[in-house]
Amino acid sequence: MPAARRFELIVNGEPRSLEVEPRTLLVQALRDGLGLTGTHVGCDTSQCGACTVLVDGRAMKSCTMLAVQAEDADVTTIEGLAKDGVLHPIQRAFVEHHGLQCGFCTPGMILTASDLLTREPDPDDATIRRAIRGNFCRCTGYQSIVDSVREAATTLREGNAA
Amino acid sequence: MIPAAVEHVRPSSLAEALEALASPDAKALAGGQSLLPVMKLRIVRPSVLVDIGRLELSGVHMDENDLRLGALTTWDELESAPELDRPPLAAIAECASVIGDLQVRNRGTLGGSLAHADPASDMPAVMLALGARLILRTAGNERSVSAEEFFLGPFTTALAPGELITEVVVPRIDGSASAYAKVEHPASGFALAGAAARVSPDGKQRVAVTGVGAHPFLLPADTDPLDALAEAEVYGDRFAPVEYRRHVAGIVATRALERARRRMEEER
Repeated sequence: MPAARRFELIVNGEPRSLEVEPRTLLVQALRDGLGLTGTHVGCDTSQCGACTVLVDGRAMKSCTMLAVQAEDADVTTIEGLAKDGVLHPIQRAFVEHHGLQCGFCTPGMILTASDLLTREPDPDDATIRRAIRGNFCRCTGYQSIVDSVREAATTLREGNAA
Repeated sequence: MIPAAVEHVRPSSLAEALEALASPDAKALAGGQSLLPVMKLRIVRPSVLVDIGRLELSGVHMDENDLRLGALTTWDELESAPELDRPPLAAIAECASVIGDLQVRNRGTLGGSLAHADPASDMPAVMLALGARLILRTAGNERSVSAEEFFLGPFTTALAPGELITEVVVPRIDGSASAYAKVEHPASGFALAGAAARVSPDGKQRVAVTGVGAHPFLLPADTDPLDALAEAEVYGDRFAPVEYRRHVAGIVATRALERARRRMEEER
C-alpha cells in the first residue's frame, strides 16, 4: 500500500493540511477529511457536476481529480461563498428565483456559475446554458437556474460598479 | 468508485518525468479527465502515476512555419487562444469549444486526450485534417510522428512504453481555412460522428472523421468525402447503427467542408 501523503492547500481561504493516500479523490478528501459535505457526489463518473468546486478560481469536478493534484491550490467549496452569514449574490439569486428544488445539484451549479461570471460578467441565456452543460438538475427544468444566474450577473455587475 | 492503490510522484523537470515514466506500468497524469475515469472503473491500474501537471509543457506558440502546442495546454486555453482566431487554425479552437463541458475543458489537456485515443474523441480529427505531428520523448530519445501514424485503434496509439507526448506541431498554411463539425451523443457529449476539414487556395482539401471507426482517420484526398465514407469501415452500436452513423458522418463532413470554404472566401 503506497504511503499516505501529507500536504497543504487553501480551502475556503484557510490553510488546511491533508493526509491521504495518492488514490484519494479530491471530493473524498473534502467530505471525509475536512467535513465539507456541501460538495456532493452525484454520479461519480464525471457527468453530473454535483461535485464541482473551484480550484484556483476555475470550476472542476472534484470526483475526477486526485486530492494530491490540489496540493498548494486554492480550493473553494460551497461553504466558502457566504461571508459573515450573508449569502453570496449567486446564492441569493438562486433562492429568489427558485433556482433549486431538492438542492442536490445546487452547490455545483453555483460554483460553475461563479466561474462563468468571473469570465463573462454579462452572459446571455445561451452562454449560461452552455456553461452549465456539465451540471445536471433533475428538478427545475433549468429555466429558473438560468434566470438565477442572469440575476446574479446583474447584481454582481452593479456591485462592481458601485 | 476509487482507483486501485497507486504510487504518485511529481517530478520537477521533464527529464525527471521521463526517467520516472521508464518504470513498468507507469502512467503520465496530466489533467486526468480521461485517465482518472478509467482508473476509477479499474480498467487501468498503473503502478505509479507520474504527475506531469505542473511541468512547463503548456502554451500556444507561433513560429515562422508552424503552430506549436504544448501537450499540457487545456481545452479552455485552446478555445480562447488569440493565435487560433484565424481561418487556417480555426478548427482547433472550434473543436476545443465543443469538448466535454466547462469543468472538463478547464482541466483536460491536448496531450492527455491524444494519448488516451478514445475512438470518439474530437481533437484527433482536427489533428489529422491539419497534418499535425506529435513530438514524443523518452529519457534517451525524441521522435516526431504524424497524426496519421499515431492513431492505431481504440485507445491504441504509436506511443511506446515510457514515451510521452510533449508537443504538437501544426503546419501553418497561409490562405487555407479549417473547421470542425460534429453530431454528439446527447448524454456523453462524445462524437456520434465528427469531421474536421481543411481547404487550401489551390483547391486541395483534407477531411478526417472521428467517432466513426476503430480510430479517427483521414479520408482519401482525391475522393469525394461521401464516396469515401460509403467505402469506409464504419462502426455501429446501440446508439447509432452502421448505416445511420455513415449518414451522419457524411453530414458532418459536408458541414465542416462548407464552413471551412466559407471561412476561406471571407478571408479573401
